[in-house]
Amino acid sequence: MADTLFRQCPRSGLFFHRTGESLMKAHAVFAVVFFLIGGIFGLLVMLTRMPSVHLLDAETFYMALSIHGTDILIFWIIFFEVAVLYFASSTLLRVRPAAPALGWLGFILMVVGSIMTTLTFLRGNSSVMFTSYVPMPAEPTFYLGLILFAVGALVGCFLFLATLVIAKREKTYDGSIPLVTFGALTACIIAILSILFGAVILIPTFLWSVGLIPEVDPLVYRTIWWGLGHSSQQINVSAQVAIWYAIAAIVFGATPMSEKVSRTAFLLYILFLQLASAHHLLVDPGIGSSWKVFNTSYAMYLAVLASMVHGLTVPGSIEVAQRRKGYTNGLFEWLRKAPWDNPVFSGMFLSLIIFGFLGGITGVIMGTEQINLIIHNTIFVPGHFHATVAVGTTLAFMAITYFLIPVLFQRELILPKLAKWQPYLFAGGMTMLVIFMLGAGTLGVPRRHWDVSFSDALMQYQYAGTAITMLGMAGLGGILAAVGGGAYVLIAVGSLVFGRRLDQNATLLASFGVPLKPGSYTLVRPERLGMTPAEAEGAVSHAAPGTFTLALVFLATFVVYFFINAKYLSSLWHMS
Amino acid sequence: MSDQADPPQGDQDEVPFMQKLLDNPFQLLALGLITPTIFYLIWGLAEVVGIPMAP
Repeated sequence: MADTLFRQCPRSGLFFHRTGESLMKAHAVFAVVFFLIGGIFGLLVMLTRMPSVHLLDAETFYMALSIHGTDILIFWIIFFEVAVLYFASSTLLRVRPAAPALGWLGFILMVVGSIMTTLTFLRGNSSVMFTSYVPMPAEPTFYLGLILFAVGALVGCFLFLATLVIAKREKTYDGSIPLVTFGALTACIIAILSILFGAVILIPTFLWSVGLIPEVDPLVYRTIWWGLGHSSQQINVSAQVAIWYAIAAIVFGATPMSEKVSRTAFLLYILFLQLASAHHLLVDPGIGSSWKVFNTSYAMYLAVLASMVHGLTVPGSIEVAQRRKGYTNGLFEWLRKAPWDNPVFSGMFLSLIIFGFLGGITGVIMGTEQINLIIHNTIFVPGHFHATVAVGTTLAFMAITYFLIPVLFQRELILPKLAKWQPYLFAGGMTMLVIFMLGAGTLGVPRRHWDVSFSDALMQYQYAGTAITMLGMAGLGGILAAVGGGAYVLIAVGSLVFGRRLDQNATLLASFGVPLKPGSYTLVRPERLGMTPAEAEGAVSHAAPGTFTLALVFLATFVVYFFINAKYLSSLWHMS
Repeated sequence: MSDQADPPQGDQDEVPFMQKLLDNPFQLLALGLITPTIFYLIWGLAEVVGIPMAP
C-alpha cells in the first residue's frame, strides 16, 4: 500500500504534505525569532534617535542598527518568504515538495548563517550596518554567515522551481498555476537574481576580509551590492502582493478581476522592479545620468505601474465579491461591512493602503533624479522603506500568520481580543513613525546618525526645531509599533505553545516543525486542483466603483505630493 | 493563461505567446535574470570601470 503523506485541513480545505508542512513551520518559526531579535534592536535604535532619550552610546548604537537592519530586512523576511514558497508550491498545487532532504539542508544553512552573522555583530567589531560598504571592514564570519544564509535560501528557491516541475509532470492541477503561486514564482525569480548579485560581490569581499585579495573597489561594491540590497526588498513586494491575493480569496472568496492583467503586472515586476536599485546611486558622481534615469525613471515606473495594478485589482476583487453578497449601497458599503475585527483582513488591508499611499508615493519621489536630491541619505529613506517593508510586507506576513496558526499549526489563537487590535497597533505606530521620519528627512535630518544635536562635535550644526520635534514624534510611533510587534510575537509564539490543539497530534514539537504522527496523514494523493470558475468561464465584467474612487484619491495624493516636492526643490535650487 | 479555458493536449500551437511565456517559469527566470543584468549590472559597471584613473 502506498504511503499516505497528505492531510486535508478541515477548516480551509487545503492539503498539506508531511515534509512540506514541516519545512513551512520550521522556516516560519525562525522568521519570528529573527523578527523578535531585530525588533528589539530596532526599538533601541529608535530610542537613541529620540533626542530626549538618546539611549545608547555611539558604538552600541551602530551595532544595534546593524543587527536591526540585517535581521529584519534579510533574516525575518527571507525565512518567512521561503515558508511562503513551500506553501505556494506544495500546498496550493497539492504536490509533494521536491527533494525534502535538500530543503532541510538549505534550512540548516540559513539557520547557521543567520546565527553566525548576528553573533558576529554582537561581538561589536563588525558594526558595518546592513550595507557593509567597503573599505569598512567586518570580521570574516559576517560575510561567511551571509553567504551561507544566501546559499540556503537559494536551495529553497530552486526546490520551489523543482516542485513546480513535479506538479506539472504529475498533473496535480488544471490550467495555469494559481495566481498566488505565480506571485510566489515572481518572488522566487527576484530572490535568485538578488542572491546571485550578492554572491558576485560578497564572495570577493569575504576573500578580502581574510586577506586573500588586496582590495575591493568601493564603487564596484556599491553598484553590485545594491543589486542585492534593494532587489532583496523586491522579493518582499512580490511575496506580500501574493499574500494580498491569497487573503482576498481566503476571507472573501474573491477571484482576481483579471488574471491576465494581474499576471502581466507580475511580469513587469520580473522585468523591471530590480532596476530601481539604481536610486541608491543617484548622487554617485561616477555613473552617468543615462543609466540613472533609465533605471530609476523609465524602468522603475513600469514596476510602479504594476504595483498600482495590484493595488487596484486586490481591493477591486474584494469589492466585487462583497457586492455579490449584497453590500451594494453607495460607494463604500462593501468596505464598511468588511470584517475589520478579523486580523487576517485588517492586517492585509492596512498593509495594502499604507504600502501604496506612503511607501509607493515616496518611492517614486526617491526614484526621481532631481527630487531625490532633497532627501538623499536623509531619514526620509528609512521612512520610505519602513512604509514598504515594515508596514507593507511585515503586516501582510502578520496577517497570513493569523490564518496559518489554526490551518498549518493546528492551534487556536490565544488572546483573540489582542489579535483583533494588533494590526491597528502596529500599523498605527509604524504610520506615525514613517510620517515623522519623512518629515524630518525633508528638513534634512540624516539617516544612520547617532546624534543630530552634534553635542560633542567640533563643528556644530543646528537643525530646525520642527525637525527635532519630528524625531521625538517618530520615536513615540516607534514605541507604539514595538508594542504592536511584541503583541504579534506573543500571540504567534504563545499560540504555538499554549493555544488549544485543533488536532490531537498537534503537539508542542509539531508546532516547531516535527512532523505529526503518521496517522494524521490519510491521503496518498489529493484530488487534482481544478481551474477556478474565472479560469473555466473566461473573463466576466466587474464593476468596482468604490475602488475606482479610492484609486482617484490615490492619484490626486500622488500628484499633489510630487508637486509639493518639485516646488520645494525649486525653492532650494534656483535656476537662472 | 487563466482567463481562457485550458487548451486540449496537442493543441499547444494555438496557445497565445504571452500565455506560453507566463506558463513557463524557466523562461520567466531567464528574463528576470537577463534584464537587470544587462541594464543595471553590466551597464552600471561599464560606467564605473570607464572612470579615468586619477593621475
